[in-house]
Amino acid sequence: MTHIDINKPILDKNDRLAQSNKELLHKKGIFTLDLMASPGAGKTTAILATIEALKDRYNIAVIEGDIASNVDALKIKAAGIPAVQINTGGICHLESDMIRSALDQLPLDNLDFIIIENVGNLVCTTEFYLGEDAKVMILSVPEGDDKPHKYPGIFQTSKAVLVSKTDTLPVFDFDMDDFNKTVGSLNPKAPIFPVSAKSGEGMSDWTEWLVAQIEAKRLS
Amino acid sequence: MHEMSIMQSVLDAAFEALKQSGETRITEISLTIGEQTDIQEIPLNFAFDALKQNTPARNARLRVKMFSTRSHCNDCAADFDHDRFSMLCPICGSVDIALLTGRELRIDGMEADSQPFEGADENVDIFADIIEEARAEAAHTLKDS
Repeated sequence: MTHIDINKPILDKNDRLAQSNKELLHKKGIFTLDLMASPGAGKTTAILATIEALKDRYNIAVIEGDIASNVDALKIKAAGIPAVQINTGGICHLESDMIRSALDQLPLDNLDFIIIENVGNLVCTTEFYLGEDAKVMILSVPEGDDKPHKYPGIFQTSKAVLVSKTDTLPVFDFDMDDFNKTVGSLNPKAPIFPVSAKSGEGMSDWTEWLVAQIEAKRLS
Repeated sequence: MHEMSIMQSVLDAAFEALKQSGETRITEISLTIGEQTDIQEIPLNFAFDALKQNTPARNARLRVKMFSTRSHCNDCAADFDHDRFSMLCPICGSVDIALLTGRELRIDGMEADSQPFEGADENVDIFADIIEEARAEAAHTLKDS
């Protein structure tokens, strides 16, 4: 019987490849966002509205993660933006090797900003580092203000939290004060941006925050 | 069900270590998991039992050490236990705190011996895959630098 010391992070392989993704993106001066949310929270709609607001100022690309189909990548391409679709084939989150093969297909020399749309999931996506500069999450108003109580991990991992579909607030009992309080106790440093991609309300605060991140990355 | 991916990574690391050690069979694998990782013992064991079939770990048991959350305050230097819903220093109220424990996701080590394991022949390919993957990864890293 032999005892063998390993003493390594379980996700060592994922983390090392993520680190190499990060170094590659850093060399190219690209700010990279990992956008997480449940299915139907409005990730693609928020991405399209963000692209619309920033496309004159920055060169943007999108990496789309879904279990199957390329419907999201087609929507992004229709907006004139380079997009790569990853199909995980059942895996509930993206991993760093999937991101690496997507990066190999993008014109990195001409990009300032990459948005990774992770698989719709409030749990598994938080644990996997992809090489991004920031993880950001979206919670939509119809999902309810109790989600930070039920899925604390994702709220803690996010550098910023978007509350989407605020145009539906009049028809849902979403207690924004309670929500802000819970997120504040889980992650006091994360700004919360209530947005409606439909009416455009709140989008400028969100895009201003993004511009600050992208500029900081370009200067670094 | 991210426990499947987590457990596959555990087994990959364990097989690599087994290969280097020259032993043939894994009898125990020890992990340390922090409560903030949202990794649960029951699905972890389920994934372990499913993935260890036809591998040198097929008779191995899993030992999991769970860690609760403890932080250090960068303002008043206090160390304190807390749950994930109170990310403020209970002494001075600062938000500038650093986690000491609670996010562990570590494979500590394993026990192995030189006994043959059932299904040994099927397993030759597992090592071949690991070596091939390690080569591809090394090539990738070289390309970047």
